[in-house]
Formats: sequence, C-alpha cells, structure tokens
Amino acid sequence: MTAVLEKPTRQLTPKEPRQWKGPAVFVAVAIIALVVMPLVLEPFRLGLLAKYLCYAIVALGIGLAWGQGGMLTLGQGVFFGLGGYAMGMYLKLNDAGGDLPDFMVWSGVEDLPALWAPFGNPVFALAMVVVVPLVVAVLLGTLVFRQRVRGAYFAILTQALAAAMVILLVGQQGLTGGTNGLTNFFDFFGNDVAAESTQRGLYLTVAIVLGVLYLAAWQLVRSRFGRLLLAVRDGEDRVRFLGYNPATVKTITFAISAVMAGIAGALFVPVVGIISPALLGVVPSLELVVAVAVGGRFALAGAVLGAVVMGYAKTYFSEELPDAWLYLQGALFILVMTLAPKGIVGVATALRARVRKEASA
Amino acid sequence: MVEGFLNQLPIGLSIGAVLLLIALGLTFTFGQMGVINMAHGEFIMAGAYTAFLLQDFAGRSAVLVALPVAFVVAGLMGLLLERLAIRHFYGRPLDTLLLTWGVSLVLQQVARDLFGAPNVQVLSPTWLQGAIGPMPYNRLFILALAVGSVVAIWLYMNRSAQGRRMQAVMQNRQLAATSGINTGRVDQRTFFIGSGLAGIAGVALTLIGPVGPTLGTYYIVDAFLVVVAGGLGQLRGAVIAAAALGLLNSYAEFWTNASLAKVIVFAAIIAFLQFRPQGLFVLRSRALT
Repeated sequence: MTAVLEKPTRQLTPKEPRQWKGPAVFVAVAIIALVVMPLVLEPFRLGLLAKYLCYAIVALGIGLAWGQGGMLTLGQGVFFGLGGYAMGMYLKLNDAGGDLPDFMVWSGVEDLPALWAPFGNPVFALAMVVVVPLVVAVLLGTLVFRQRVRGAYFAILTQALAAAMVILLVGQQGLTGGTNGLTNFFDFFGNDVAAESTQRGLYLTVAIVLGVLYLAAWQLVRSRFGRLLLAVRDGEDRVRFLGYNPATVKTITFAISAVMAGIAGALFVPVVGIISPALLGVVPSLELVVAVAVGGRFALAGAVLGAVVMGYAKTYFSEELPDAWLYLQGALFILVMTLAPKGIVGVATALRARVRKEASA
Repeated sequence: MVEGFLNQLPIGLSIGAVLLLIALGLTFTFGQMGVINMAHGEFIMAGAYTAFLLQDFAGRSAVLVALPVAFVVAGLMGLLLERLAIRHFYGRPLDTLLLTWGVSLVLQQVARDLFGAPNVQVLSPTWLQGAIGPMPYNRLFILALAVGSVVAIWLYMNRSAQGRRMQAVMQNRQLAATSGINTGRVDQRTFFIGSGLAGIAGVALTLIGPVGPTLGTYYIVDAFLVVVAGGLGQLRGAVIAAAALGLLNSYAEFWTNASLAKVIVFAAIIAFLQFRPQGLFVLRSRALT
C-alpha cells in the first residue's frame, strides 16, 4: 500500500486544462435539488425523491467499485441493510424509551438482547452505520482479493452474501423483526419523523450528503489512487508486475462503496420509515446494479442519474401498469446491455460527438 | 439425536443432487464460454412446469414422461437464449450476468401470466411413496437421477467425439478452432445440454415441493456456489462440491437453525477459497488470467 501513497517524484501526466463545464453542471443540479425541488414538489413527491437519492448514494458506490474498479458487487443491499438496521435499532430504542421495542414484545422477547443495548446511544449507533459496513467489507475484500478471487467469482460471492443476509434477518424474528423488519418510527432526534418539516429537512440532508459524497468520489477518481484503480480494472496482473498490490486497491475501493451504501441505508430509514429484508436482498441489490448500468457505469454521474431515473420509472410503471413493469424492466435491461453498454451517459456522449462533427463539417 | 442425524442425510443428499443437476449446466457454460447465466434458474422452473402440464395427460406418472420432455424444453430455451443474445457477449462475463438477469425477470413474469402467481402442485407417483429406513423413495429417485446424469455426462465427455470436442474447446478455444473444430456449434451443444439438465432438476424438484414462478431463484445462488467451490467446468469438482454443500446446508440447519445455516455455508466457502481460490479442481493452463 505504501507504494500507492508515495508522492510522485515527477509529473507523469501533463496538467489537464481547467474544466468548467463539469463543475457548472454540478452547481446547477445542486441548486435544482436544494432550492427548486423543495418548492415545486408536494411533500409526498419530495419524499419519493429523497428515497431515490438514497438509492443514488448506493449507486455512486457501485459506480466506483464496478465502473471504475471492475468489481461487480451484487451485494450492496447487505451494506445498505447494515447501515439501515443500525439506524433503525437506535430509533426503535429511542421510541421505546427504556421499554422493549414493540415487535420484541410481540415475539415474546423478555429482556433487551445484548446486541441491542449499546444502540440506545445515538453516537454509537451513528458510528456503527459506518463502522459495521466498513469492517464487513474490509474483511470480505481482504479474504477474497488476497487470493486473487475476482471477476465473476466475486460477483457470485457478494450475491450469496446478500442471500444469506436476508435469510439470517428473517430467521431472527426476536432480534430483527423478521420479515417485517423495523418500522413504526415516531421520533427522529427530537422531531416527529412523519412531520412535513422533518421530511423536508431529511430530504435536504440526503441531497447534501449525496453531493458531498459525489465530490469525494470524483476527487478520488481523478487522484493517483483513481488512476491506479482504473489500471487494476483494465489489467490487474500488469499492475501487480509494476509493484503495486491490487488487492489493497480493490479492498479500499470496495470498503468505500460499502460505507456509502451503509450511510444511504441509515438515511433511508427515517425517510421511508422502514427497513426490512425485502429491501436489501438479491433482487434490490441487482436492481441498483441495473440502474447504474442504465445510467452509465463508467461515469459517476451516470450511476446517480441511473438510480434516480430507474426509481421514477419503477414508481410510475408500478402505479400505472403493474403487470408490465417486470417485462419493461427486463426488456430495458436486455436492450441497454446489447445496444448501449455505456448507458444513458454513453448515448449522450455519442450524440454530442456526432453533433459536433456535423457542426465542424 | 441419532435418528435426527440419519433423517438429515437423505435431505442433504437430495438437495446436493438437485444442486448438482443445476450446477452441471452452469459450470460448463461458465467454464467453456465464460457465461454466467442467471436465467438458468428459469430453465429449472420451465422443467417443473412441464411436469405440471404433462400431469393432465399422463396422470401420476407424469414425472417419468416429463424427464425427457423437460430436458428438451429447457434445452431449447437455452439454445434460443444462446443464439439470440448470449453469443454477442462472449468475453464479457459480467455483462452476460446482467443480460441474463433481465431475461430471467421476463421469463418469471411470463410464468406468472401463464400459470398464475400462486404455487401449483405436481402429484408424485404412488410408487414413489414410502421409504427404505430413513431414505424416502422420492429422494432416492432424485439421487438416482443425479447419478444417472453424471454417468451420462461423463460418457458423453470422454467417450464421444462431440464430448471430446467440447473438452478441447474448454481447454483452449483458439487452438480448438485452428484444429478445425466448429466452436460455435460446440457452444450451442453445451448450452443445450446444460439447460436441459436444469429442466431435469426442475422435474426433480416437483417431487419434494410446490412449483412457482420464482422456483429457480431459490437454487441459483447455491448452484453458483457449487461452481465456485468445484472449479470451472469440472465434473468431479461439481459432484464433490454439490454433495458437500447439500450436506453442509442440511446439517447446519439441523444443528443451528435455518437462518444461520446459510451464513455458515457462506463462511465455509470463503474459508475454502483461502486454500483453493480457483475451486477444488483447476484446469491447468499457462494463461495468466
């Protein structure tokens, strides 16, 4: 790893010309998200957008791990769930005010399980939102990447982890609320969680967190580390021959994407009011990967865009044409993979290039 | 305790047998073509529904009639998928995974529209009711089915010209092509056989449970784990890994509980990969990746 962090002794690449278009678009989108949307959208629709932005945070992590690092992770739902449950456990204990959370009483649990006790402390719970996904991802990443298990093997393993996680959560009824998960929250750090003002505040929080994480990810991608990550994606063995350890690079990136998913899960809980196994299994994890592919996996913006677009598409079609949604989703996916593997961003770039060509001709 | 231990044995072995039937197709398509076929689960479902439909004509012995029919039905579905979509994706395994997942979503919805969302039941033949000691006949039948399939596949691979061509393509595609083997034809055949085996697995599953549109999704993840643990394109590896996974699953469920069992299996696989990152058996090769 030390090799990664060493300062470059010489400038290997010429300085890039200062870009202004990217930042300008970012600022414009930020203004729309933070100022226009809360004014235009009614509370219900704003809540939906907040939910999609939570998914966009997970998608950002997938874009980093898969688009930049070539690690197809089909188990981001696991980390989303770990963050979500950490937050949900705190909210449950806070609502119970010293008693047992309601679902434990229903499942006949008499004493608060030891696992739950520390989550009464908000600082501990918030720390766990980051720490638990981080530890799980570092552990899994180290064990898997160290042995050069990669590509499809890694994808299959992460998917198996998501499947195992769901079965574990469903089975431990008294500890996790089983299939129902954790729900019926009332108080969120002193505010009524269902109140319009709280929900608006939550929306703004989600949007700001997404913006900050996006900038961080963008900075990471254009750093030396980001270049190394791309190199690992395109030729892992060559990178190893150059004296770097690809396993470390991959583990770090995988851990970052896991932490992003954890944070998204924690924000999701107060926004939507529930965290349950159905939200984090194999299918939801894959749906997010699909969203990233649709948006364009090779650009971070594509990942975010894809999550929001697919979120809206899912809501719209499952309201209007519930039976057709699965056909549409499947067909869209087949079409995107065959015709436009670079997603919406890829199509947009190609179109722009064509327009420019015609203009210059 | 001893009785419970014995009762778990047929369950574990028959689950392993079903996993093996499913994993055989996956391991060959993965090993030979680098295709991760998520729609493989839906071929299982197609096989199971074939048995369900044939029940109207063949009555309680539908299972026997269904075996060859399901093999052909699922095989043709696989062939169609390979011809229409997958062959454009060779060399991009992760993309095939996502593409075939789209296909699997569509096929599930087709099944829902054709047969309804609720599960249906296939009546098992009367001659499969009963047991020898702790071993029920129906699970014994599944075991026999798996053993028969493995023998047939082994004979095909080692005793037929087509099978030897298949092995050649799996070991070195370019060299096989330069020796005059039509690799595209070999790919199609592998896909047909692999998907057909999934259809047989589907028929087997009707003996131990109800049939529904999402039947395949329960087994596909475990079947992929068999492929990972057994090694790509390895018949021996798949047999050992499937038996081990089936038994580990059922005993872990027995000693702890169903919810912990999957986690234990997952941890066991990760631990196993520390010693054998490429799975039990590896195709020796001088290629770097």
